[in-house]
Amino acid sequence: MYTNGYIFRYAAIMVIIAAAVLSTAAVMLKPFQERNMAIEKMGGILTSANVEVVDKEATIDMFNQYVVEAIVIDKDGNVVESIKEGSKQDGTAFKLNMKKQLYLKSKGEDFQMPLFLIEKDGVQSYVIPLWGSGLWGPLWGNIALKDDLNTVVGVTLDHQGETPGLGAEISRADFMAQFTGKEIFDTDKNLVSVAVVKGGIQSKPEHMWPHGVDAISGGTITCNGVTDMLKDVLECYEPYLKKEN
Amino acid sequence: MSAGTKEREPLFSAKNMKLIKTPINLSNPITVQVLGICSALAVTAKLKPAIVLTLSVIVVMAVSNVVISLLRNGLPPRIRIIVQLVVIASMVILVDQVLKAFVYDVSKQLSVFVGLIITNCIIMGRLEAFAMGNKPWPAFLDGIGNALGYGIILIIVAFFRELLGSGTLFDVQVIPQAFYDFGYKNNGFVILSPMALIVVGVIIWVQRFYTRELIEDN
Repeated sequence: MYTNGYIFRYAAIMVIIAAAVLSTAAVMLKPFQERNMAIEKMGGILTSANVEVVDKEATIDMFNQYVVEAIVIDKDGNVVESIKEGSKQDGTAFKLNMKKQLYLKSKGEDFQMPLFLIEKDGVQSYVIPLWGSGLWGPLWGNIALKDDLNTVVGVTLDHQGETPGLGAEISRADFMAQFTGKEIFDTDKNLVSVAVVKGGIQSKPEHMWPHGVDAISGGTITCNGVTDMLKDVLECYEPYLKKEN
Repeated sequence: MSAGTKEREPLFSAKNMKLIKTPINLSNPITVQVLGICSALAVTAKLKPAIVLTLSVIVVMAVSNVVISLLRNGLPPRIRIIVQLVVIASMVILVDQVLKAFVYDVSKQLSVFVGLIITNCIIMGRLEAFAMGNKPWPAFLDGIGNALGYGIILIIVAFFRELLGSGTLFDVQVIPQAFYDFGYKNNGFVILSPMALIVVGVIIWVQRFYTRELIEDN
């Protein structure tokens, strides 16, 4: 028979060994994992501005090639930091934590927001990273605007764990393609953002058509999450967008 | 009988090889024991995730089996299930971390299913039924055998689902464009999980047709 003391010692030693092995592995693999995440983030920024990323390994080079300016703005729309040369992935713009900045915004405190200016074949577009929440977890993505700072060039959307087949459909290409050509300001220059409309945008008055896309059946809460995310994030950029325009 | 006179069993004796062969056919975890069906349905829409999950399960099973087999003599029976869980869980987290570091997009596709290897009944079943009572080498072979038996079915199912559902293999188009021009369409139904169950059913049928031992008397 094994005594209770033996069982406790056995369990304690086993847990310590397991913890040591796992934490060593986590620390050693972290640089690789962070690089993968950075590559994914860059891929999203480039894709939203219609820059096709074919080779994952070349993403970092492509990012530095196409992003001509990485900008950080404050809540009044002033440019705080602007990197035009060198590796933009080391700048504040790329490293800013959207979740934290949006939290500061909700508290009414000062916040900073990243903005990426991308130039491809002489055409410039502004990419704004997005962060919000869906039904089961966070949503994120990017929205690219033309140089009129109004028309949407493209969006990318991703999620952590929305319901497959329903909410998760937001990251499908044909859903995201709906955003292209939409406008975030109305004719009176008020920020209206782009809404995901339940029942389809065609069911609304015609003057709202440029500001809405069709929702996904069965994915209402995720779709509302996308609407809120766009509105919440674009509000932060409103002073800057108006100033530049 | 002293230890010296006892002849050592060769590493790949017929008895040891049986440990690998039996779970691939006669006691296949999926088609005969009907275990691990959940992941067999979930990750088999494409070949690549199916193969990565197979490799992950092979690693987790072989290593956990060996570790538990090494520990079996000093292991207090009262906490044996906890110990088995700690070993499996640690292995799964390790595999998950490695996948995230080196094959990030596949790890995103597999998402929760890597973590769910922990709950794969095949693994705990083998630890409890085999590794607790056998030496490390046979336990290692048993782990490989069972994981292979599981993985082969996964890969066969994924092959048919990707071919019929997307017209591709490893994301490379294999059904010629001419077929589509004549009106051939990918079968979207095959992508959905229920179809995986039907493919597994067909595999069981074929397997029983060729393996008379599996057919019940009545």
